[in-house]
Amino acid sequence: MPAPKLHVDNVSMAFATPGGAFQALAPITLSIATGRFVSLIGPSGCGKSTIFNIIAGLLEPTGGRVLIDGVDATGTIGRVGYMLQKDLLLPWRTVLDNAILGMEIQGVPLRHARERALPLLQRYGLSGFEYLYPNSLSGGMRQRAALLRTLLFDTDLILLDEPFGALDAQTKLQMQEWLMQLWGDFGKTVLFVTHDVEEAIYLSDEVHVMATRPGRIIETIPVSLPRPRLRTAALGPEFLAIKERCLKLLNVNPAAAEAMNQAA
Amino acid sequence: MVVQDTVTVAGVERAPPTAAAAERSARPARRLPVQKDWPTWALVITQIGILVGAIALWEIAARAGWIDAFFWSQPSAIFRTLSIFFSTGDAWTDIGFTFRSTIFGFLLGTTAGSLFGLSFWWSRNYAAVVQPYIICFESIPKLALAPLVILVFGIGLSSKVAIATALTLVVSTLTTYAGVKALDPDGEKLFYSLGASRLQVFRKLVVPFCLPWIISVLRVNIGLALTGAIVGEFIASQHGLGRAILYAGQTYDIALVWVAVLVLSTLAVVMYAAVSWVESMLRKGVRQ
Repeated sequence: MPAPKLHVDNVSMAFATPGGAFQALAPITLSIATGRFVSLIGPSGCGKSTIFNIIAGLLEPTGGRVLIDGVDATGTIGRVGYMLQKDLLLPWRTVLDNAILGMEIQGVPLRHARERALPLLQRYGLSGFEYLYPNSLSGGMRQRAALLRTLLFDTDLILLDEPFGALDAQTKLQMQEWLMQLWGDFGKTVLFVTHDVEEAIYLSDEVHVMATRPGRIIETIPVSLPRPRLRTAALGPEFLAIKERCLKLLNVNPAAAEAMNQAA
Repeated sequence: MVVQDTVTVAGVERAPPTAAAAERSARPARRLPVQKDWPTWALVITQIGILVGAIALWEIAARAGWIDAFFWSQPSAIFRTLSIFFSTGDAWTDIGFTFRSTIFGFLLGTTAGSLFGLSFWWSRNYAAVVQPYIICFESIPKLALAPLVILVFGIGLSSKVAIATALTLVVSTLTTYAGVKALDPDGEKLFYSLGASRLQVFRKLVVPFCLPWIISVLRVNIGLALTGAIVGEFIASQHGLGRAILYAGQTYDIALVWVAVLVLSTLAVVMYAAVSWVESMLRKGVRQ
């Protein structure tokens, strides 16, 4: 059996605080096979972003290792594409020049990087925006540009930390479809963090439910719904069963959550 | 839904409707205050009118003996002195001297200050150690050190440049450092996640991010540099508009004082306009 794309091996994280050590992450083990779309859901403060920072090499874990393609990558940067919650587009660069940032940092000649990025921007919904500055883009367009920047960084594994958290419901649905199209075309392995249970189930092959204090994975739920998935899949019995299970694990009253969704 | 005829809705006691209506109609009817904007030509004419009126009043007051023309001089005398100043005196030498001290001090102080401010990004420890010294240096009235600067650098151009530099350096340093501190740590995280080196983060993120801060002090600094140069000339100098003002004052040539102040103000306005233009050009180049 080939090594999984990503293997998080017993990674734990404790922060020193004045009141003693704070265990942010209990030892976590997580394996993701190549080409899979995997989501992490959990309450605020369950350490989702901490895991991401550790995988991206931005934070040294207090215990355990991160293996990418079977090779120890703990504490090394530049191995994975990482999209943070904010789009972090540089306001002094055009959309095109923002998209090539990863390649530029890796030393790809600018002309060559632009030539590679341009057709992708045009194919994936940023046609006509290539030479505009980010401040003239809508929230959805900015997220597209940020995601393409992450994809153009050319790593097999990408981490998406609540990329659609700040978007309105309508745009969010469009962006999910768009992300599915990209995922299908590029064949990347995706680790996705979200607060939105429905989003996690709709997009993923596998959902890991986390709990807090200390942050840990309490259950892994495979989602075997056939792809491509239709929106109406969210009304099917399997989807609903998974959703109910997730909400139960997250300790949310399903009826109340539904009411909140309606209100939002 | 049935219309409620009770006076309590959601626990709020309401006054009987007729009384409330009567109270409302008793309020004075007040319209939104509207201010009508004058056309530009009317504004300009008014401004010119005030200036001409003030000069005329000054002249009349001096001739009528309402003010002492010896201390206050008068516009006609100032105008005569102005033409003498430019035809016979060292007008252009003085203007050139003050201009050069100002520009050199401005460029030196702004450049060094910006680089100094940016350097704090490289090490938090270094920034923490140096910061109290900068705050101290900022709070010192630097012009009070001017006599010392003259002693060290002599009475030539370099002492004026040094004072102008000292004034502008601190402002640029602190403003640029404010830019560095405003940098979003997530931006750095993004760069590092892409495998960037510190130099790459500095060149591609920190410097472009801080440029608007660096640019924003240019206009302040040109004024400060001029002040520094003039004060240097006041203390000890052989040339410059500051020396001309001091000399004229000491010889009770009040018209010459006014002439020099007038020329100095013109120089200040011209440099301010030039720097504003440079600033707007830079802003266009640096999208924010």
